[in-house]
Amino acid sequence: MTDLLEKVKADAALAQASIVTPTPRRRRRGPAPSVLVAGAFVLVLLVAVALPQLFTSVDPFRTVPTDGLKPPSAEHWFGTDRLGRDIFSRVVHGARYSILIGLSATAIAVVAGSILGLIAGLSGRLIPGRVGLLVDETFGRLFDVISSFPGVLLAMVVVTFAGPGVQNIAVAIGIASIPMYGRVVRSQTLLVTRADFVTHAAIYGRSRARVVIEHVLPNVLVAIPVLAAIDVGASILAVSGLSFLGLGPQAPIPEWGVMLAESRDVLRIAWWGGVFPGLFITASVIALTVLGRALQRHIDGRKS
Amino acid sequence: MTTRNPTGGRELVTVRNLRVAFDDTAVVHGVSFTVHAGECVALVGESGSGKSVTARSLVGLTGARSTVTADALEIDGRDALRLTTREWRRLRGGFAGLVLQDALVSLDPLRSIGAEIREVLRTHHMVPRRAELARAVELLASVGIPQPELRIAQYAHQLSGGLRQRALIASALAADPALVIADEPTTALDVTVQKQIIDLLGARLDDGKGVLLISHDLAVVADIADRVIVMKNGRVVEEGETDAVLGAPRHDYTRQLLAAIPSASSRGTYLSRATATDRLPLPAREADRSRIVLSAQGLHKTFASARRGSELHAVDDVSFELARGEVLGIVGESGSGKSTVANIVLGLTRPDAGEVRLDGQPWSALNEAQKRPVRSRLQFISQDPLSSFDPRWTVERVIAESTLVLGLPAAEARDRAAWLLGRVGLDTALLTRHPRTLSGGQRQRVSIARALAPEPDIIVCDEPASALDVSVQAQVLDLLAEIQADRGTSLLFVSHDLGVVHHVSDRVLVLKDGKVVESGDVDDVFYRPQADYTKKLLASLPTAVSSA
Repeated sequence: MTDLLEKVKADAALAQASIVTPTPRRRRRGPAPSVLVAGAFVLVLLVAVALPQLFTSVDPFRTVPTDGLKPPSAEHWFGTDRLGRDIFSRVVHGARYSILIGLSATAIAVVAGSILGLIAGLSGRLIPGRVGLLVDETFGRLFDVISSFPGVLLAMVVVTFAGPGVQNIAVAIGIASIPMYGRVVRSQTLLVTRADFVTHAAIYGRSRARVVIEHVLPNVLVAIPVLAAIDVGASILAVSGLSFLGLGPQAPIPEWGVMLAESRDVLRIAWWGGVFPGLFITASVIALTVLGRALQRHIDGRKS
Repeated sequence: MTTRNPTGGRELVTVRNLRVAFDDTAVVHGVSFTVHAGECVALVGESGSGKSVTARSLVGLTGARSTVTADALEIDGRDALRLTTREWRRLRGGFAGLVLQDALVSLDPLRSIGAEIREVLRTHHMVPRRAELARAVELLASVGIPQPELRIAQYAHQLSGGLRQRALIASALAADPALVIADEPTTALDVTVQKQIIDLLGARLDDGKGVLLISHDLAVVADIADRVIVMKNGRVVEEGETDAVLGAPRHDYTRQLLAAIPSASSRGTYLSRATATDRLPLPAREADRSRIVLSAQGLHKTFASARRGSELHAVDDVSFELARGEVLGIVGESGSGKSTVANIVLGLTRPDAGEVRLDGQPWSALNEAQKRPVRSRLQFISQDPLSSFDPRWTVERVIAESTLVLGLPAAEARDRAAWLLGRVGLDTALLTRHPRTLSGGQRQRVSIARALAPEPDIIVCDEPASALDVSVQAQVLDLLAEIQADRGTSLLFVSHDLGVVHHVSDRVLVLKDGKVVESGDVDDVFYRPQADYTKKLLASLPTAVSSA
């Protein structure tokens, strides 16, 4: 009977869960091994961002022309580049640029997107008549316009106007992800402002500002952390991509994308120059995405 | 199986000593019953009594985490414990049709109801493909859906609750099953629609088919069931002929269930503490007819309809007065405008014409800033308490919110929240809990505590007990009555449940299509109805079991 029942529809099982008296949850195991590995890797990266000296005492900018293009060895773990700079040291110090720019870009997108989304969502509800709807509509179209361009292309346009550099690339990538947050926050705002508990707060005579601060904001912003956690990885990839094209930090800054670009000409004779920065880009993106998904599962599980 | 039984039908289902467990937690402990052809057996009990699980085990849909054992589980004469998935599938819909409570979630939102029915016809090879459409139209007509040719192309969300439920029944009947399992088929439906559904199931019985009805509504059960099985905590506490069980219950639990049904005869007495023989009177309350706390004059409200140009008169010339300490019931079917009236009274919707006055002072005419200081005098208890609580807040914060505008110091607001929680019969340990971890009855108590916190003159109750079990509903209604007697609060009590309204109200207002069709003293209106509509409403009521 039991094995037979395992095959029945999933929806029946779901419906069942609400009927049955609650049983202790079985999923009380620790996090999955993949999450642990990803977490450890991200932790190491963050330490490298804060204190790169802990991992290496070699100056990433010191050139030793006689040591050019040395393969990995005990002395140079990841080998050296054309100018004899230690690639391990450059990868470690480069974490600061790649990770920090990625985080800043996400932060810019989260803050700007949340504010714009809130304004759009609230104006439709709070400003009476056509004006409110017009404001809402305007922001909606703005999000449409921004997201109709591929993110990297849009960032390239911004950098072309503002000039390459660390801040500009963070802003450029941030702008490209604003619509994602803006749309989620807007729809969440519309949902929450229609909820019964907002109506009740109005019945208690609470002012609109208090209702927005105490009820709407906290319930709207719960959706953000998960979205951001998954998006950070994508931002890092975008930063490296733009840097590779020469639109980000300029050589000799040891940004991972820049290092990839520098190694391109000698890749046939010195594979280590490109492989190690590339590995770190890939691993960071995967690790952050795995963590983001785990966070999402955790929050979803807590809700149900 | 060809054995005959006293009722003359063959045995459709035989269950002996059925046990169902989920992850080692047993929820059904040894239940036995049979359903014969041409017979309606009702499983009755509160939520958590195991009645739905029992019914689902008959169609093999108890879920992957469950273990089903029984001495015998024979369906259509076959041993169901040894059926394969394929055989189960043929059995579902073919031999046993399942009708669930909520037709909106049971019907696929992306498929028309015609497609839904044709799927069943095709799965069970009922008719040739060419004839499917005609047969589906026929089925819809047979369950009393008007204009079936038109409706067949519509989707679940385009139908009203009653039509939707009938469409679901049509799809359950498509394969002409010998047994219909109906799980709370009429809950959340208006009385008139409820009557149609019951008649529909009754027609199946006349055709010699079996019905297994799962319900917590004893009035519905009394109307249609031949035999009743009362369940509690996964066990059968009483079973027998409907008249015997409901007319002369032997078990205390059955008596409690019966006594908890609000009706005319239970007026002025406790529902939750009644025994079979005597009822405890509620504390006496005095309505001060000379002091009118709320008056509504000629209220009108029109909403622009989705169709261009047409308008919906949600409220059309509604007037009433509410005295201090009085309960005014507002009854009507869904769409009658009773919730709009509640919203106008609460100052959430501005009437197009007419005025609401509080204690003789203007109320609906005030702007939002002028209303704010007065708002705490009017409180609201809604049907679904959970959605009226901020999901991030604890019980304490939820209750304290309604007193914030009074400017109480934080410590005092906390004390008051704790005191109120005790007042509504809950443990103060719940203060730090989140409402979603509470039971339905506890949640509604919290929302009553919240409504009481600012010591209002008037509480508007919109279907406050409709989503609750009979026994929990009884407790909530008793609590409201006690508090009202204690504080002299006036209640505006909106409900579609005539029994509840008769139990709680002093006067009643009957609404239809936004108009008042009848109003007056509750006994006058219910015992000597003047308007045809009121008569029809009362006639749709399942024959009451209130004699018990």
